Amino acid sequence: MESGNITWVLISAALVLFMTPGLAFFYGGMDRNRNVLNMLLMNFYCVLVIPVLWVAVGYSLSQTPFDNDFIGGFDSFFLKDITVAGDGMTLAVVAFLGMFAAITPALISGAVADRMKFSAWAIFVPVWSLLVYVPVFKWVYGGWLADRGSIDFAGGTAIHVNAGIAALAAVMVLGKRKSSPTPPHSMPLVMIGTGILWFGWFGFNAGSALAANGAAAQAFMNTFLAAAAAGLAWILIEWLRDGHPTNLGAASGIVSGLVAITPAAGYVSGPAPILIGLVAGAVCCYAVRLKHKFGYDDALDVVGVHFVGGLVGSLLIGFFANPDFFEGAFMEGIFYGGGAELLLEQAIANGATIVWSFVLTYGIMVVLKKTIGVRVSEESEAAGLDLAEHGETAYNG
Amino acid sequence: MKLITAIVKPFKLDDVKDALKAAGVQGITVSEVRGFGRQGGHTETYRGAEYKIDFVPKARLEIVVADDAVDGVVDAIKAAASTGKIGDGKIWVTGVDRIIRIRTGEEGHDAV
Repeated sequence: MESGNITWVLISAALVLFMTPGLAFFYGGMDRNRNVLNMLLMNFYCVLVIPVLWVAVGYSLSQTPFDNDFIGGFDSFFLKDITVAGDGMTLAVVAFLGMFAAITPALISGAVADRMKFSAWAIFVPVWSLLVYVPVFKWVYGGWLADRGSIDFAGGTAIHVNAGIAALAAVMVLGKRKSSPTPPHSMPLVMIGTGILWFGWFGFNAGSALAANGAAAQAFMNTFLAAAAAGLAWILIEWLRDGHPTNLGAASGIVSGLVAITPAAGYVSGPAPILIGLVAGAVCCYAVRLKHKFGYDDALDVVGVHFVGGLVGSLLIGFFANPDFFEGAFMEGIFYGGGAELLLEQAIANGATIVWSFVLTYGIMVVLKKTIGVRVSEESEAAGLDLAEHGETAYNG
Repeated sequence: MKLITAIVKPFKLDDVKDALKAAGVQGITVSEVRGFGRQGGHTETYRGAEYKIDFVPKARLEIVVADDAVDGVVDAIKAAASTGKIGDGKIWVTGVDRIIRIRTGEEGHDAV
């Protein structure tokens, strides 16, 4: 059985790695044609710098020692004392969690698109990972938020709510783009990216069982269903409201469903994933319009899809959690005989994450703004970041 | 010699090309262009936000012909490119001072 478990965790780790290029295409297609390479490198940069950081200090600070509720220790810096003895599972889990650490800051890139200096991004990513991601990860998985009873199967709170609210803080410091937003430069690229994300997300969610077992199978099924239901909800609303079902609506719905089922994947069953998907698709379809109302320039809707979708999924656990089904040691949701206690703990966990992530991210961005600057020049912004920041252009010949 | 420039709907390009061949035209140059006229643009909706697309895709043809061929070519384009709906495009004719065939160095009528 152990060989089955480690096989599934290693395959899942590779699936999660594949999500970062998927996200890059999803965002890159939505972006304008002169900024697409900048968007791709903002994402790929995360899988260059974070694995090194994760093995050096990140894993240790988020995982060891377990007797501290707020931050881990130094015991496993550079994988010290982690061996391949026994089944090698610890090493596989370090790799698996490293992929999660890499994609989390990548999510923020969609909000700051079209105007952030790459040098500022290059510093922002590792600093944010250490100051925001690592402590929140510790609180949610083995710290004070977990001790209180909140649950987060694959990272709804620790990853999506965390990165989503950070995206809002980042664009509030960064400011709006100079020119008005443009339609996606390549919808086919967006759809390829969405397909890759959905595929990789099976590793993200079902892999988070950290075993080849029934919870993994249910998480797999939930990932399948919630994404489908959310995509369906989004295009139906568009069809009735705007007159056309759109590819971008389907893609956005799928991603919002994937985000929403992430925290719940190994805690809900039966019709719950479909209901969670339908709610997430409908809510996010309206949430992406909030930026027009409130005036923050979240270029590719990281707040509307990841923050709102993650929050919806995490709070719905308070209604749909079903410990009997999984023979699990977590509280029942309201629909399965529990009281409001789990819902309250979910709200506290997300509230704490929102406050920490927003304040720290805002602070990091202000420091960057006052030192090296966070925006490209107006001239570079107009000419495109691909040429100005990378000396490359996407479409030649 | 005259330069005939025509802006037509892209999906009519093949019909126009066939009509010009039938009218005896030996060469045309085509570019994909964008612009707006009375037809205006259209709107596209992404995540519920409307984007006004002002520049509509069009095809531009350039043909140099002898003076006595102008009317025939203009009529051929006009007939082949017409749908009767707004946005069918325009044709204009301008004078050409000099024309040279690069390979042979021929000039004037021989180079058309």
